[in-house]
Amino acid sequence: MTKKLTCIECPVGCALSVDIENCKAISISGHKCPKGEKYAISEIENPLRILTSVVLCENLPLEVIPVRTDKAIPKAKIMEAMSEIKKIKISKPVAVGEVVVKNFLGLSVNLIATRDTAEISA
Amino acid sequence: MIEKDLVVVGGGPAGMAAAISAFEAGVEDILLLERDQYLGGILNQCIHTGFGIDYFKEVLTGPEYADRFVKKIRSISQIEISLRTFVVRLTRDKVLTYLKPGVMQEIKAKAIIMATGCREKTREMAHIAGTRPAGIFSAGLAQKLINIEGLLPGNEVVIVGSGDIGLIMARRFLLEGAKVKAVVEIQKKTRGLMRNVVQCIEDFDIPLYFSHKISKIYGKDRVEAVDVVKVDDNFNEIADSKFRIDCDTVLVSVGLIPENELIEMAGVLIDKKTNSPVSKEVNKTSIPGLFVCGNSFKVYDVVDSVSRDSVLAGRLAAEYIKSVCNGPKDSGRR
Repeated sequence: MTKKLTCIECPVGCALSVDIENCKAISISGHKCPKGEKYAISEIENPLRILTSVVLCENLPLEVIPVRTDKAIPKAKIMEAMSEIKKIKISKPVAVGEVVVKNFLGLSVNLIATRDTAEISA
Repeated sequence: MIEKDLVVVGGGPAGMAAAISAFEAGVEDILLLERDQYLGGILNQCIHTGFGIDYFKEVLTGPEYADRFVKKIRSISQIEISLRTFVVRLTRDKVLTYLKPGVMQEIKAKAIIMATGCREKTREMAHIAGTRPAGIFSAGLAQKLINIEGLLPGNEVVIVGSGDIGLIMARRFLLEGAKVKAVVEIQKKTRGLMRNVVQCIEDFDIPLYFSHKISKIYGKDRVEAVDVVKVDDNFNEIADSKFRIDCDTVLVSVGLIPENELIEMAGVLIDKKTNSPVSKEVNKTSIPGLFVCGNSFKVYDVVDSVSRDSVLAGRLAAEYIKSVCNGPKDSGRR
């Protein structure tokens, strides 16, 4: 069976065509770069997404700090990940890239801060 | 009155890139003015990824992209940064007046780069009929409330406009636990990037209606519902196609307007349809030595394009400064 996908790796959004057999991507066309091929395979066999959100702060100059998973996580885990993120409260200054939660959800990815609290003067 | 070689108005991605570029092109007397309490501009609230794919060859969030420029600009002592600083007046002789807590100051600059970004179109500009209850936000304002203030402005949301900001906010509300009832788009297809339709709408099965518009908003104190109606090729309502969606929040994402009131004040020729300066060459205006870059010059799709545009503006400003009265005050560094 053939499935049509839009690649999400970059703003171009190539229209991909993927032949599928036994739940595996057999052949891919329509991509303008190798990232598209990788995306198509992943999207058919194990869809992943990078998750971004914010976590609450206390005693810091910001109300919330933006965070992200440093690698993509299974799409199916997104809402569970959001429940976990909403439990977090940061009370110490963080830097861009600093790990907020190591091995987040046991998925071998880290939840990292994407903004410096030091940059903001109270 | 203070004199400066270069003043940059705006400390978002455009202003930072322009200031850094002007320095690298030989200008050593630079003042950057930013109205907010921190640098970064709109990127601070764009917590999603998709930035820097072209410019840095990395997949970054908005704040991470901004951080690259903030760290760079803070390492350049020749660029003075003034936060909480709002420019209130600009003349054609390149004298600008700013306000900051406790201070009003006039500056005469050899060159000025305006990097003031955009504001959003409003519900009134989209001519959406009905009452005027609480709960109607421009998409960017809702984004700021959630991502900077840590507030959830609504629980049952209908979004007008399928541009990138509307699509991104559909996902944002849903992830924070709100119900996103619909995204309503008057055109036949999305104005946003296809990748955003996939990762914001399709991923979450959010209903997306093309060739539809909101014909009325209901609610006394707070939004209660909207009427949605199908439109024909001329955007006229198709009879009997109306249906109602109960909701408590309406997001309006129908376009951006470059903030160019200051250059208009100075007498720069402005295209009334786009609010952008009329320009024969990129970044230049009808006043020599007054440049515009980033979204206030042209509304770009991705910030990577803003950075490239702003680097050019910085170089043009440097070139201009060299060419007028004695050149820049530099120490011979090239």
